[in-house]
Amino acid sequence: MEPEHSTVGRRSRRWFLGLGAAWSAALAACRSKPSSDTSAFPDARVPGAPIRPYGERSSFEHSHRLIRSDTRVPLEEASSQTPLHDTYGIITPSSLHFERHHSGVPQIDPATHTLTIHGLVERPLVLTVDEVRRLPSVSRIHFVECSGNSSSEWRSSGATDLQRAHGLTSCSEWTGVSLALLLKECGVKPEGTWILAEGGDSGRHDRSLPISKAMDDVLVAYAQNGEPIRPEQGYPMRLLVPGWEGNVNVKWLRRIKVIDQPAMTREETSKYTDLMPDGTARQFTFYMEAKSLITRPSSGDTLPGPGFYEVTGLAWSGHGAITRVEVTADGGKTWTDAQLQTPILPKAHTRFRWPWQWDGSEAVLASRATDETGYTQPRVAALVAVRGVNSNYHNNGVQLWKVAADGTVTNGNRG
Amino acid sequence: MLTACGVVSSAQSPTYGLGHTPTPDQLKKVDIEILPDGRGLPPGSGTAATGKQVYTAKCLTCHGPSGAEGPQDILAGGKGTLATPKPLKTVGSYWPYATTLWDYIRRAMPFDHPGTLTTDDIYSVSAYVLFLNHIVGEQDVLNQTTLPRVQMPNRNGFVSDPRPDVPPKKQP
Repeated sequence: MEPEHSTVGRRSRRWFLGLGAAWSAALAACRSKPSSDTSAFPDARVPGAPIRPYGERSSFEHSHRLIRSDTRVPLEEASSQTPLHDTYGIITPSSLHFERHHSGVPQIDPATHTLTIHGLVERPLVLTVDEVRRLPSVSRIHFVECSGNSSSEWRSSGATDLQRAHGLTSCSEWTGVSLALLLKECGVKPEGTWILAEGGDSGRHDRSLPISKAMDDVLVAYAQNGEPIRPEQGYPMRLLVPGWEGNVNVKWLRRIKVIDQPAMTREETSKYTDLMPDGTARQFTFYMEAKSLITRPSSGDTLPGPGFYEVTGLAWSGHGAITRVEVTADGGKTWTDAQLQTPILPKAHTRFRWPWQWDGSEAVLASRATDETGYTQPRVAALVAVRGVNSNYHNNGVQLWKVAADGTVTNGNRG
Repeated sequence: MLTACGVVSSAQSPTYGLGHTPTPDQLKKVDIEILPDGRGLPPGSGTAATGKQVYTAKCLTCHGPSGAEGPQDILAGGKGTLATPKPLKTVGSYWPYATTLWDYIRRAMPFDHPGTLTTDDIYSVSAYVLFLNHIVGEQDVLNQTTLPRVQMPNRNGFVSDPRPDVPPKKQP
């Protein structure tokens, strides 16, 4: 039995189609008139563009990912950075989500792609993409940040702007199947203490993860911001490892093997290890520690003159939810609390806002975040004092933006 | 414990009845990682002497005549630089396991045509890169048994993650 509104809907549709035909005729008639006919009507208008099957942004908007000039695609170091200064709220548009891939973006047909789960399990399993999508799923909002983000700020040379310095973090709503569910279906043997996750890109990118994380909050994600994951983000499916460095969020996921020790892949030995001043290197530095950035105003902006500005930015932590963001306009002499905008979600970008009356004199703006563990984001100098300047990864230090009297904003970490 | 016996055709996930059991052939095609103890290494062998040809043909353009010139990743040199202001992280100065080198060459190299080296090529060119770093001799044979035994200079150079480390933890 059909509900009443369904009939109404069909009737409405017929009415609309009829109108459509009349409308087309009317439009054709209008267009055939000479333009001089409308000159006597200063308020003359024409209808806008017709509907279209897939949306695009306004032709007046040009914000884009930054492709560094030294990056030739598909070079091993290929990356593009999110224009954080042009994003609002906490969700990064999928089209602007940063990219980092190690052997180009594969074009994978979901009809032929499979996920194999094997190794130290009772029941190895191959699942098609359709089968993964049929399993009980969950949607969650999480950031992904490359651990090399902000690496320009270890040294006082610093990057010129926010996007160059910090654009390797983005935040999306991810939909997928809990990896724990999949592993339980396969039955992990007691000696299975790690997993190896491997991608279907040409370089078969792979990383080892401890089974404790694999059984916690990891997703095999197939959708991002309401639509299938984009090719550069791992279509048709990727690992989403909340709060951990981007490199372990293996894209184009094709295989998970349960193993009894880390595989010591190239990406977890020669790369993504953090060199200390004594020559030792920290390994399996998975967590992204609490961090925040003022995204507006930031380097490259020019304030038109003294007056009111809403200082806004993003804060996040791989250890959970952000509990506090403080902002300073005097380079850290005094800090006051920013307003955290809901939703404030664990392991997700959190938007903060801070009202500011600029008096027109030189100012140094900065933010610092505290997360639910009580950890507070440190100054870069404090990180350098412990780690030196050659660890490359995991720089979560405070970012300073210097506002000159003429309103120009530059990187206050420099010089 | 479930065994293959009796579940041949209905080998699906127990709760949701989805998926199928991979055949040994299907698994063999994708089961490629090499563990640090050498598990996963296939039969085959090579030496630096034979590897030089492979390197010259397939690797030199990106990594330079002696592995130290680039323009892509520097493979050789850097010994003793890790604790200096200008550390040079190479296979010889930094990589903790020779198995990683073998795995990565098979997995991802040559960059523009991964998957085109034979097993013996991979043993050979691995040996050559290690030879360029003075870790093996020119005639040393690398195979399933000898490769995992190669002692990498920085084998003990890695520590676990001590974070949060800033501010520094107070000494007890």
